[in-house]
Amino acid sequence: MNSTTPSRLEKVLAAGHQAVTSEVGPPRNCDGSVIEHKAQMIKDYVDAINVTDNQTSVTRLCSLAACIRLKLMGLEPVLQMVTRDRNRIALQSDILGAASFGICNILCLTGDHQHFGDHPNAVNVFDLDSTQLLQTVRMMRDEGHLLGGHQVEPRPQMFIGAAANPFADPFEIRVPRLAKKAAAGAQFIQTQCIYNMEKFKLWLKLARERGLTEKVAILAGITPMKNVGMARYMKNRVPGIDVPDEIVKRIGGVPKEKQAEEGIKLAIEQIQELKEEEGVRGFHIMAIEWEEKVPEIVERAGLYPRPQIN
Amino acid sequence: MIKAVPKPIEEIIDLVKNFHKVLIVGCDGCVTVCEAGGLKEVQILAASLRLYFTQAKQRLDIDEATLTRQCDREYLGQLKDRIDAYDAVVSLACGCGVQFLAERYQDKIVYPGVNTCFMGVDLERGVYAERCQACGKCILASTGGICPIARCSKRMLNGPCGGSEKGKCEVNPDIDCGWQLIFDRLKILGQLDRFEQPVEPKNWASSRDGGPRKIVREDLRL
Ligand code: SF4
Ligand code: SF4
Repeated sequence: MNSTTPSRLEKVLAAGHQAVTSEVGPPRNCDGSVIEHKAQMIKDYVDAINVTDNQTSVTRLCSLAACIRLKLMGLEPVLQMVTRDRNRIALQSDILGAASFGICNILCLTGDHQHFGDHPNAVNVFDLDSTQLLQTVRMMRDEGHLLGGHQVEPRPQMFIGAAANPFADPFEIRVPRLAKKAAAGAQFIQTQCIYNMEKFKLWLKLARERGLTEKVAILAGITPMKNVGMARYMKNRVPGIDVPDEIVKRIGGVPKEKQAEEGIKLAIEQIQELKEEEGVRGFHIMAIEWEEKVPEIVERAGLYPRPQIN
Repeated sequence: MIKAVPKPIEEIIDLVKNFHKVLIVGCDGCVTVCEAGGLKEVQILAASLRLYFTQAKQRLDIDEATLTRQCDREYLGQLKDRIDAYDAVVSLACGCGVQFLAERYQDKIVYPGVNTCFMGVDLERGVYAERCQACGKCILASTGGICPIARCSKRMLNGPCGGSEKGKCEVNPDIDCGWQLIFDRLKILGQLDRFEQPVEPKNWASSRDGGPRKIVREDLRL
């Protein structure tokens, strides 16, 4: 894989390193220092930092502004962009805006339905879906024009990513869906958080057999569990997340004050296990409001120090 | 067909309470099929209103009429000799019928008596489900005959999303995942290969996004 954009994440992957990304969720207010604070905690332990885009459909400080902040701190953001709230005009305009600040990683998502968030009565847009957003960014970058045909020069130099959820249904479509996202332009994939190892490995194997792991760099999604309550919540309440009973039992099987450590231990074991899997090119650590644990996880999983790339 | 549900009686009472003479007009079309605004519903609504206003010791005359269709000028014309006698009209037709009635009788107050919901089908008596959003450029040929615009909560054209679980949509376990249905049908049809072709962004101009729509069929005009 040769790198074609200024993306540091792309260069890390191209050099054959296991990449590490993590994410920061912007606050539900205009206090930008929250993002800086979270980013400070993890910056030396990751290659790039995703910024979520109104995640779970809750209105937050905008992803683009937060990415600009990271960029101004000299860090490498991954702009998450959902198609739920903006039509193709707004999406493309934000991509141009991001590129104007030298933001060069984008994660194209459809987004959760607004039903889950703090404005369930909102209109939704869904003018494009995630696959079409991938196509759009690739078109802007490689063909130098917008969906409407207007030529853009300079072109936004984006390293293009997408999400994949091996655990959603129907399972049979999950590898073809990955193939479709790859065909649409995805170069890296960050997966949904993995708890069901067996299912993930089956998905990976099927992806490998189709040569997809050669085409896209798969970063395995890791989310440490804070306690058994979180494990149960994720199992029962979050659509598309598959938490096997053994995991709930394991976290619940230790005293309350040790559950967090057990969760971290589990995350580290998962990383170590997946490091050996052909086709896993790195890790995306989503420590939801638990960013302070990312350095420890990265270190103990043997992913530290991060490679120096210029 | 167009599906509608009756408005709560309290809402209608509130609309008509200050008048003396009100006409309730039903429609024999779609709203009859979904039992929201046909002859029978006109009778029930009229009876309920009479009862309410009698008990409230308030004088309010309520008459009834039901037209073959309210989305048709010819049938609307049938009211022309009697409509002037009323202070207001409550139409139990869909939103199209209500508007067309108001358009025809410009100086008459016309209120909707139903909530018009969607274009759908009768799954069983009293159970109706949405099937089409009239996007103006049908793509059912490539989606196994199941519409992702009307039946996927996120209107995805390349779905399914990551929230599909056990055949149900992430939004609500009572909603079938449209993409699971598409997948199942394509499988039966032996057309799963279709799925991997990325579908280009849709041209929504033929949909509501192009502004209010109008069809002119020159071949049919007189
Ligand atoms: S594709 Fe358009 S016309 Fe066809 S069923 Fe769906 S919404 Fe209706
Ligand atoms: S779960 Fe299925 S129907 Fe619901 S938004 Fe996702 S793809 Fe669409």
